[in-house]
Amino acid sequence: MLTKMTHISINVLDQDSAFDFYTNKLGFKVVVDVPMGADGRWLTVSPPDQPGFEIILTPVIRSMYSKETSETLRELIVKGSFGVGIFTCKDIFATYEELKAKGVEFTKPPTKEFYGTEAIFKDDSGNWFSLAQLT
Amino acid sequence: MLGSEIPVFMTNRNTITEQYPKIYLYRRIVQAKLFIDANYADNIDLDNISDEAYFSKFHFIRLFKNIYGKTPHQYLIAVRIDRAMQLLKSDKPVSDTCYAVGFESLSSFSGLFKRIVGITPSIYLMQQQKIKAQIKSSPLTFVPGCFAEKNGWLKNRNFRETKS
Repeated sequence: MLTKMTHISINVLDQDSAFDFYTNKLGFKVVVDVPMGADGRWLTVSPPDQPGFEIILTPVIRSMYSKETSETLRELIVKGSFGVGIFTCKDIFATYEELKAKGVEFTKPPTKEFYGTEAIFKDDSGNWFSLAQLT
Repeated sequence: MLGSEIPVFMTNRNTITEQYPKIYLYRRIVQAKLFIDANYADNIDLDNISDEAYFSKFHFIRLFKNIYGKTPHQYLIAVRIDRAMQLLKSDKPVSDTCYAVGFESLSSFSGLFKRIVGITPSIYLMQQQKIKAQIKSSPLTFVPGCFAEKNGWLKNRNFRETKS
């Protein structure tokens, strides 16, 4: 029987830039950061209140991807094809103002929905996420 | 009536960016938080922050705590300890770390660090050094096997050593 999700991989265009975005802008904590030679780093981060859930920041150029796959992935990410997930926060207006002040790009400002208030932002690669304050 | 058949959540679907309640209050509190994030290492006078935010000190502390769950002072301490953990991870000695994040006394730094992190800064530093040594000697112990295999890293377990 499955129980929990512990890791998820997000493809990013540039690992160093993603590192800066997820730690300095979103405030995530680095869990593992191990150099992997030509493959960059094995780099995982966690949302501040969820240390058991690791997001693997996977560069699109990596041994497990063919050149063609890397290029296709890059194109799709830049186009904004991937909605990766939903993050929740305690106060969406404060979080929205803070992230905007840090230069995070929002494609939807806080908007009332039937389940709470939601905004949409993009990471530095182009992956998009929902930011929600659930009521 | 057709209108009455539209679910409430659809009729209420209003964008509220500029109209949300007390946006100016949010902006001032967020600015104060960002000020602490940027200046934690200095001798920040929290009274000045509430002055700059145009609030009475009491009102400011209450609003800040509502949003961030901590008073500005508690938040400042949390930022300093968090930054201290990063510096210790990068192998900075405990006393250098203490002063670099804005504490003036080593004993109060160690006490607060232990209260928040659960271990003293010296023990934390030693733990991080051990982890670093392990990363260097056997990096793949930090990577789930499935990903290591997919990337072909298992065939080349010693690539770290050969690289450096």
